[in-house]
Amino acid sequence: MASPIPYLLSLITFLPLIGALIVMALAGDGPKKRAAFITTLVTFVVSLLLWFNWDNGQANMQFVEDLRWLPEFNLRYHLGVDGISLFLVLLTTFLMPITIYFSNKYVTDSIGPYLALMLVLESAMIGAFIALDLVLFFVFFEFTLLPMYFLIGRWGSGNRVYAATKFFLYTFAGSAVMLVAILAVYFATGSFDITELPALAAKMSPTFQTWGFIAFALAFAIKIPLFPFHTWLPDAHVQAPTAGSIILAGVLLKLGTYGYLRFALPIFPEAAAHYGPVIAILAIIGIIYGALVALVQKDVKSLVAYSSVAHLGYVMLGVVAMNPQGISGAVLQMVNHGISTGALFLMVGLLYERRHTRLLAEFGGLWKSVPIFCGFFLVVAMSSAGLPGLNGFVGEFTILLGMYKHEPVFAILAAIGVILAAWYLLTAFRKIAQGPITNPANEANRLSDLKFDEIAMLLPLVLLFFIIGLFPNLFLDKINPSVQALINQQPAIVMKVGR
Amino acid sequence: MSANLNVSVILPELILVGFAMLIMILDMVGTDERPIGRTFLPWLALIGVAVTGIVCLQQYSQPAASFQGGAISDHFALGLRLIILVATALGILLSVSYIPRINKQVGEYYALLLLCAAGMTMMGAATDLMVVFMALEILSLALYILCGLNRENPRSSEASMKYFLLGAFASAFFVYGAALIYGAAGSTQYDAIAKALAGSNTNPALLYPGIALLLVGFGFKVSLVPFHMWTPDVYQGAPTPVTAFMSVGTKAAGFAAFIRVLVIALPAQQPSWGWALAIMAILTMTLGNLAALRQSSLKRMLAYSSIAHAGYVLVGIVAGTSEGADAALFYLFTYAFMNIGAFAVVIMLEKANEGDALQNRAAGIGQRWPWLALAMAIFMFSLSGVPPLAGFFGKLFVFKAAVDGGWAWLAVIGMLNSAIGAYYYLRVTVSMYFEKPGAETLSQRSTWSPLSVGLAVAAIFTVLIGILPGMWTALFTGGLTGLGG
Repeated sequence: MASPIPYLLSLITFLPLIGALIVMALAGDGPKKRAAFITTLVTFVVSLLLWFNWDNGQANMQFVEDLRWLPEFNLRYHLGVDGISLFLVLLTTFLMPITIYFSNKYVTDSIGPYLALMLVLESAMIGAFIALDLVLFFVFFEFTLLPMYFLIGRWGSGNRVYAATKFFLYTFAGSAVMLVAILAVYFATGSFDITELPALAAKMSPTFQTWGFIAFALAFAIKIPLFPFHTWLPDAHVQAPTAGSIILAGVLLKLGTYGYLRFALPIFPEAAAHYGPVIAILAIIGIIYGALVALVQKDVKSLVAYSSVAHLGYVMLGVVAMNPQGISGAVLQMVNHGISTGALFLMVGLLYERRHTRLLAEFGGLWKSVPIFCGFFLVVAMSSAGLPGLNGFVGEFTILLGMYKHEPVFAILAAIGVILAAWYLLTAFRKIAQGPITNPANEANRLSDLKFDEIAMLLPLVLLFFIIGLFPNLFLDKINPSVQALINQQPAIVMKVGR
Repeated sequence: MSANLNVSVILPELILVGFAMLIMILDMVGTDERPIGRTFLPWLALIGVAVTGIVCLQQYSQPAASFQGGAISDHFALGLRLIILVATALGILLSVSYIPRINKQVGEYYALLLLCAAGMTMMGAATDLMVVFMALEILSLALYILCGLNRENPRSSEASMKYFLLGAFASAFFVYGAALIYGAAGSTQYDAIAKALAGSNTNPALLYPGIALLLVGFGFKVSLVPFHMWTPDVYQGAPTPVTAFMSVGTKAAGFAAFIRVLVIALPAQQPSWGWALAIMAILTMTLGNLAALRQSSLKRMLAYSSIAHAGYVLVGIVAGTSEGADAALFYLFTYAFMNIGAFAVVIMLEKANEGDALQNRAAGIGQRWPWLALAMAIFMFSLSGVPPLAGFFGKLFVFKAAVDGGWAWLAVIGMLNSAIGAYYYLRVTVSMYFEKPGAETLSQRSTWSPLSVGLAVAAIFTVLIGILPGMWTALFTGGLTGLGG
């Protein structure tokens, strides 16, 4: 609880924003690139203070800041992190330097505004993960749309304007209804504060809870995206620039799962328990459907995009299991998916910058020409597929364990997805790396292997795969108390669904 | 109390009218060949607005007083005055270099603008149906002339004629309604009406048709569907600074008077007018947004969008609470900056002598004029209600008032509508940022002008109100005061 610096969370949130202003003020691409990269590195280092000053025994919010924002409406500038949000903040600050480095290297078209938008996006995402006031959360949550919209629409490829508009309108429409639900919650309880709201849940009638829950769940289901609200995702991912895809998959989608866990569940506990099976079924459909569609993709990037639909299905499955294993696994899996899929998009981006195509048919036999690349690709694919010893396994296993306790049938069905994931990822690997070289453009003399700085970008991610895979308790120790507290808040629910 | 003659209550209007007179006199000093002092007139008008603004801000600390029962100086009236003054000041900045291009009568333009503003501010203060009518006519007559100011352009004359004919009808509806309510209540003063109608011995055959006719009259002024037909044509035809000014000014004034009548004079009838307003709100939001989707002219697009925004304001009023009144006023305050700002960009994009800009004029300006595009993007996102811009908090408060009043379903329809609205606002940013500059794209632009100052002020406030809404809400809180005490 002891914060080494006052207003540490505000500092972490607004450092990137200040960096964005500096980037805009500087002249010349070189200084802009350096400023952006240094900003994200500094933000990451500062955010590590959260980790080092963390109180493992504390389940409540830490590093809390609470200021009046708009007293007439009881709006507060209330920030804090607990075990659930800590790693999402760290995931964001960790992924940003990597994506900025990649962009510095490969984005050529008006880099200044690009970097500024990326930094603004970082501020908005961090803000959304640490806001404890519903309206403040909503402000950050919605504001993430703007930079992402411009990143896809301006720097994307092919059908970028369509993809950007679809992304914006889908999410905007979803959250529009949530805003009314937020207002209704305030009307019923007199509070916008998530630390107070669980105790006030009794003030809401069952009908009210149902409608409020549906409104919240819809907004988050679109963001996650849960089947059948996923149709914006492949468009956005495929057209987005590489750094945009990494952030979109790595962090932005987590706003959906996080929002569900942090807000929809504690505010509407009874409705959440009642509709949990519906969410679980949608998640399982997403797991299997996403995997099957990924299997037949011709474009590597859309393959990774559909794999996200499947992976986030696991996260939601863990959340609705409503027991410590399920939810802790879900929180860990959010981080896992962030780094694994982030790394996958990074690999695809590196490949695309070399060959300017992402079609699987264009590749084959790369193992012979670019072995280092293929080595990394294999590790990343294995991490995403959930190979034991790597991060993905820990998350998925814990989730399935939690779900099995709660509802064995769901767990068994979801386990099919694990097999499918290995199948489509290995198929992709086989098509890219193995076999003979069929296209002369893939010969060793035409295709360069990973350079030192590109390895340096991938290495932190790969190290993290192993750290999480081998020492999951480093993370779970910090996650578990908060998850336990979340579950304890809803004794009625545990009794109702516990077997 | 109602017999007292507190001149301070109508002091802001007196100052505005005084400056209008002064401008007309000074205008006569110069001739067409030697326009002595004419370049100074806009700035004189601006000083008039500033003086009025200072007087209003000072009156916030004084208790509400009544002017013979006809007008009151409560916070609601003062809040409306601030909105009108903001709109007038921005309107003046937009006009400085525009009006001389289309008309030589610079002096009468600013005099009419100030008279119009005086009528508008009076609408919020009036506590008597006859005073409302008087204020309505002051502002309308001035506006009829202002709309037709560009005599070279037939569209402008058409706008003036259309507005005049339909406006005269609407005024007649209003007076008829006022007469019927007088028949039912025996007074035109709000507190007396409320007192008379609280009893059971009212004549519904007079009262309800009276209320309905009032709704028609007001509905026309603030362009509610189905009384909105004039809006696109008049907005498109009128000189753009006038459109900018009236789109905010008439709306704010009309709504203020509307709210005071409904909440102070007719609170007991809320169950019936609440439903009428709810239905009109749904129609207004939906039709406004759907029609805006199909426009290629920026002015017409903004005209339909202003209809949709009238619908959002209406959502706040339906419950008839004083919270809703405050929320509606705050909404109009944010609307003043974002909407006039958007029109300022339209003026920049207009071709000389055309008085309108198609959307393709904005194609690719993100590369050519980054600051102009940024400002327009701020206005567009604020109009669609994206946080943390001013428009978001306007919507938040209005919909909160609806939810608190038990009209949550109406707020849901409102929010869904704002998602439809986002599409056409987004289209402007798409062409600004995601398209390459074409043959039609704006190619020349003056570097510094009062217009760019107005534009910058509007953009800065749109962001500032969004980030620190608490600085401004105090001006629009606890506004409505009855006369009784």
